[in-house]
Amino acid sequence: MIFHDIIVVGGGLAGLRAAIAAKMNGVDVAVISKLHPVRSHSGAAQGGINAALANNPDGKDDTPERHAYDTIKGSDFLADQEAAFIMTSTAPEIIRQMEHWGCPFSRFEDGSVAQRPFGGAGFPRTCYGADRTGHYLLQTLFEQCVKHQVKIMEEWFVLGLSIDDNRTCRGVVCLDLHTGNLEMVGANAVIFATGGSGRMYGAKTTNALTSTGLGVATAFWAGVPVKDIEFLQFHPTTLFKNNVLMTEGCRGEGGYLINKDGERYMSRYVSEKVMELGPRDIVSRSTQTEIEEGRGVEGKYVYLDLRHLGAQKIMERLPGIREICIDFIGIDPIEKPIPIVPSMHYTMGGIDCDQDGRTEVPGFYAAGECACVSVHGSNRLGGNSLLETIVFGRRSGENASNYVKDKEKKPQETGLKKTLEEVKGQLNAIGGGNGKENPYEIRDEVGDVMVKHFGIFRTESEMKEGLDKLNKLKERFRDIRAFDSGRAWNFDKLWIMELAGNLCLTECIALGALNRTESRGAHSRRDYTKRDDANWLKHTLYRHTPEGPQIGYKEVQLGRFEPEERKY
Amino acid sequence: MAYLKIFRYDPSGGVEPHFKRYELPPEKGMTILEALFWILENKDPSLAFRCSCREAVCGSCAVHINGEYRLACKTQVDPLGEEITIRPLTHLPIFKDLVVDMKPFFEQYEKIKPYLIPKEEPPESREYYQSVKDRKKIDSLVDCILCGACYGSCPIAMGDPDYLGPHALLRALRFVQDSRDGAKTERLAIVATEHGVFRCHTIFNCQKVCPKDLDPTGAIAKLKMKSIGFKIKSMFGLARSAG
Repeated sequence: MIFHDIIVVGGGLAGLRAAIAAKMNGVDVAVISKLHPVRSHSGAAQGGINAALANNPDGKDDTPERHAYDTIKGSDFLADQEAAFIMTSTAPEIIRQMEHWGCPFSRFEDGSVAQRPFGGAGFPRTCYGADRTGHYLLQTLFEQCVKHQVKIMEEWFVLGLSIDDNRTCRGVVCLDLHTGNLEMVGANAVIFATGGSGRMYGAKTTNALTSTGLGVATAFWAGVPVKDIEFLQFHPTTLFKNNVLMTEGCRGEGGYLINKDGERYMSRYVSEKVMELGPRDIVSRSTQTEIEEGRGVEGKYVYLDLRHLGAQKIMERLPGIREICIDFIGIDPIEKPIPIVPSMHYTMGGIDCDQDGRTEVPGFYAAGECACVSVHGSNRLGGNSLLETIVFGRRSGENASNYVKDKEKKPQETGLKKTLEEVKGQLNAIGGGNGKENPYEIRDEVGDVMVKHFGIFRTESEMKEGLDKLNKLKERFRDIRAFDSGRAWNFDKLWIMELAGNLCLTECIALGALNRTESRGAHSRRDYTKRDDANWLKHTLYRHTPEGPQIGYKEVQLGRFEPEERKY
Repeated sequence: MAYLKIFRYDPSGGVEPHFKRYELPPEKGMTILEALFWILENKDPSLAFRCSCREAVCGSCAVHINGEYRLACKTQVDPLGEEITIRPLTHLPIFKDLVVDMKPFFEQYEKIKPYLIPKEEPPESREYYQSVKDRKKIDSLVDCILCGACYGSCPIAMGDPDYLGPHALLRALRFVQDSRDGAKTERLAIVATEHGVFRCHTIFNCQKVCPKDLDPTGAIAKLKMKSIGFKIKSMFGLARSAG
């Protein structure tokens, strides 16, 4: 049986950074990923990564404290404040290290890393490499993996997390796509860095086709609690046609949001000083309101207008945006405004863990978008997700390295065998028999329900109806038709497993969103329009039971800033 | 009505190589990737193809479409005519259908030491400064998504499995031209060989097909110049000073 001291699941920024940390600590580590690492969705991040470097002449007074304050205020005070401080005070060091490792950041005239303004931030602190920051960071970390000879098992698909009867993590069970065989992989520690879950919203998301949330669901099924998953970020600017991301950097560089009357409508919702650079939850709600109140173009979308920035600035700072617009919608943003709508972008919630990536199960860690530390609370600021992946990827890698130091270096087979049987059962249950339901139809319907009933604005009646529909879809899923019977490279089987993960998370979201009778950050209810700190200044904790998700709570760590009304 | 004629082959499942024709729905504005999904979901769940981002940044879906290597996700069906032929990337072993073994491709990439080997110890509590002008020297070289389109299109890669390939050579120039890198000589020694830059016959296929509009041909030409300088210097025992 394969055994490594640490198994990292996921080859994006958080996973690679965790693996590098373990490797540098001399630990036997391997990365398991369903994709080759450079295919990970971290590489699609565009606008930048926050750190109070104070390189920008307008940001000379910036500090990690100010960064933490902006993060916590942006989170609508649901972030754990100590964790946010750890993230923002490590940020400058993290950026320097990535730069020292070769990351090709854009530069200021003095040769320092360039920084641009981003939403909800008091200073221009978003470090960037044109509008391809995620790509540059991911390539850099992959390069370091090559340098340090980190073992990578690519196109292995994790389907089970093994936690034994002593509630200790023992490894994972995976499907090796190359052979179609299920394999047990023993480990003393497992770090999940499996990324986001945007595809719960069908095609209406900026996320990759592979960002389905199956990793979070796999941990959840194994008994690890999930936190705050009802908070989903809708990015204000995604292409009307196919929801591809148009970076916040477009507005950071001075782009306008314009309704059908040519009006910069953000003035109705935030102060003149903030305008397009409000935090994402507010800008998305504003845009949605414009469209709902009849000020959208053709009633459906608004414009992101970059024309006044001029050809040179667009080509220098936003070349990727221009390329995407030309390739996918045939519009050159130098000449025409870009039709955009808000859509699902990021899961603030995820696997419940602390600032060291530790979950309540010894030996099981989580980092990156699949995790919930929580530093984003109920609304993440742009530029903080790349930062989170690297800061907490490293911390979880380091902490897992300490944890495995004195552990016996061999697999505990009993627990793994049990998990293997469970995974086999799960595959048989959804794949065997003569089902009649088409899984892809179910997937599309799940997406439609999420968009319609759990969108930017929520109400009890709509959500109840949505939950009802989800329950019916879950029932139908039990009767889906058999897979493609091939063994190796059976993608049909994979997409159906991804759907199983989807259905699990959507149920949690529905229950949690209904349960939370307030509006906070990205969770915005028309029937409870105010934030309610007396009752709801707490994290939601979801646990898996045979009867369905069980909801509990966890205290928010305050201590630095008293919750106040958010004004921008 | 458009048809996709797709290369099918499943060595482990006993399916011999052949082409299979699939009729597409009359929908307008589909990409090739969407068409492949439509087939997987409606006609043939055994079809194997890679994908992830669907926005031309992850490099998963490079295939051969009507005579040219392209990304399936950014190629539109409509302008391609009635019959569209899709094959996997060439010069690489086929796992199944459109899924190839990228291992040789990444092994070549690794040969050029694709990571910064800094000139000097990093300064304490600040970044290496790099002027705007120096940063410009690696513009576009840093944008390669390692999709393999250039490699598939390269006839030299077909004839010489040891050829480093346009992707690895472009990446080599990315480090050679980086003002922070101190291993210029070391890297030139790797590429200035018969399986490196001198194997390239300047055929321009790689430049033509690159879905990110990069110029591997030009990069190789630059490396050739630098390699010649390096060779001359090594003849006189001066190569070290080239760093």
